[in-house]
Amino acid sequence: MAHSAPRIATIDGIAEDLSALIGADLIDLKDAADELTFVVRRDSIVSVMTRLRDEAQYQQLMEIAGVDYLDRPERFEVVYHLLSVTRNHRIRIKLSTDEDMPVPSVTGIWPVAGWLEREVFDMYGVIFSGNTDLRRILTDYGFRGHPQRKDFPLTGHVELRYSEEEKRVVYEPVQLAQDFRSFDFLSPWEGAQYVLPGDEKAPQAPGAPSPVPAAPPPPPPSPTAPVTTPKVTEKPEHTGAGEAANTASKKRSPAVRKGSASAGGAKSAAGTSRDAVPSASDKPKRTRKPKTEDKA
Amino acid sequence: MSEALDIIDVAPGGEVDIQNYTINFGPQHPAAHGVLRLVLELDGEIIERVDPHIGLLHRGTEKLIEYKTYLQALPYFDRLDYCSPLGMEHSYVLAIEKLLNLEVPLRAQYLRVFFAELTRICNHMLNLGSHVMDVGAMTPNLWLFEIREDCLNFFERASGARMHSAYFRPGGVHQDVPLKLLADIADWLDTRLPRLFEDAISLVADNRIFKQRNVDIAVVSKEDALKWGFSGPMIRGSGIPWDIRKSQPYDVYDRMEFDVPVGTRYDCYDRFMVRVEEVRQSARIMKQCLNDMPEGPIASFDRKVVPPKRGEMKQSMEALIHHFKLYTEGFHVPAGEVYVATESPKGEFGVYLVSDGSNKPYRCKIRPTAFSHLQAMDFMMKGHMLADVTAVLGAMDIVFGECDR
Repeated sequence: MAHSAPRIATIDGIAEDLSALIGADLIDLKDAADELTFVVRRDSIVSVMTRLRDEAQYQQLMEIAGVDYLDRPERFEVVYHLLSVTRNHRIRIKLSTDEDMPVPSVTGIWPVAGWLEREVFDMYGVIFSGNTDLRRILTDYGFRGHPQRKDFPLTGHVELRYSEEEKRVVYEPVQLAQDFRSFDFLSPWEGAQYVLPGDEKAPQAPGAPSPVPAAPPPPPPSPTAPVTTPKVTEKPEHTGAGEAANTASKKRSPAVRKGSASAGGAKSAAGTSRDAVPSASDKPKRTRKPKTEDKA
Repeated sequence: MSEALDIIDVAPGGEVDIQNYTINFGPQHPAAHGVLRLVLELDGEIIERVDPHIGLLHRGTEKLIEYKTYLQALPYFDRLDYCSPLGMEHSYVLAIEKLLNLEVPLRAQYLRVFFAELTRICNHMLNLGSHVMDVGAMTPNLWLFEIREDCLNFFERASGARMHSAYFRPGGVHQDVPLKLLADIADWLDTRLPRLFEDAISLVADNRIFKQRNVDIAVVSKEDALKWGFSGPMIRGSGIPWDIRKSQPYDVYDRMEFDVPVGTRYDCYDRFMVRVEEVRQSARIMKQCLNDMPEGPIASFDRKVVPPKRGEMKQSMEALIHHFKLYTEGFHVPAGEVYVATESPKGEFGVYLVSDGSNKPYRCKIRPTAFSHLQAMDFMMKGHMLADVTAVLGAMDIVFGECDR
């Protein structure tokens, strides 16, 4: 464990014990990042929670969080975080629901759930059956919509101001002086799933199938094995310099000179560098021209 | 505090029939500690029912965080509980590090614990001071604010900002502190803090009026404290020795020696005295940090999370690229979910972070401490006098930036 987040002691066999306790109501069990997550059936949440509190010593409900997954048929997750102060352990209980299916309230087990459920209702519109006080809590009096849903815009729908004419605060539709800008800096080579601006071509045909994966490279020779061609620079020709290299370079150089002369003669120097697009290697040398050429 | 809604009926027999009053406390009341609106139902001067209306400071922090990269979201945490900013940051950076499984250098862990405890002192100075002022004493508040001012100056010298420091970063802290600052804080811990603090507390701790206003007010049993999701000084005031720094230690708290004070009568006075003792214990932890803090790096060397130093960027192309990528795209956090709770000065401050593997949090649910405490106001106030509202509220230590988010 490298991180320094709160170290929660793991209890041996707790996942099996709690799975047995939840029994048939358990849908899924996840054990990731030292945290246990139990996905349970929505309808039996009250009995599951009662058993966890009374038989497994999870005395405290610390948090109820809603999460919205737009692409799921039951789009909302309601996540309960339980704490046992006697066993010094935390678990997470999850269930899923949608806009219409009510979730049984756990206010009868923990009165603290009252406000926590109100918040989930306010932010996501999840209905908790059995919560007698399911009013909005964080948003304004008379607010419409559920702001934490993923399809609710960040700017909201209304803005308010004090109206000097009406002598009261009035609500108006949001008017942005500048469009909401959402910069997406995701690397196009890694995460981005969208079409980059300026790249809106028709969908390209799939490329050729990738070739058969290359055979793994031969293992590197062991350092003790004898080398077949010893690399030495005992003679001058071993260095790659000398007479042979000089003649080879002389053979190439006239072509370069010829290219630069023709380009310089045909056009002005500024024209060459912009119009002709030579690759970096065979770019002609800029030559100093006599001033008479400018007059002509 | 006015606006009597119901009227006094005169019954036919000439007897005066007094109905229950419903009055508004706040949202513009100085003892409401911000923008709290309490709808109080009174029978004479006895409180029958309390309905706190919150959300007047709701800024949609959680929604905004979903549109920011992980690093851009960090300063929002300063603005939650603006009385103890570093306590909020601590949970958030630990949550990110847990998802990344990122190791933090030892000096950074010490610095975090050190400044988290300074934050605790800073927060308690405000709370203890305003609590005594709510029940009628003026002087201690002024004295305690001097300590708070010192704390804020120390924050400024460490991070550049008095309140919204944004000092803790995923992977460590933003920058190292000068040696002179540590020396000054050590000096302050030895001389100025105990002198001012004990002076101020000596005025109220045994004060007859202060005790009359607090002892046996809003008694919360252990069972109730558990049921209502209490944490921090509130649950310790109810006699349960529960402190996340001890039971689920994070950073280098497992190397620290400190005591966890608990209450014995479970009332407002106990909550006050628990906080008083916590200040002394915090000073103790800070002294241990100063003694043990090693030299070394103050942030992880994982360049995919922590940006390089500016000097390095002048020399190395790779450092420049890392800097550019971290401040535009940000770092990616592997998909998963964690709930990380730390002992903030006000109680358990949790961050439930859901990542989908991108550079922005998919969901960041913040578990505020005040939410559950304020909700318990109704049953805590039942049968008490109207004047006790301020004492109970003061002992809860509520800040609305955090409660409303």
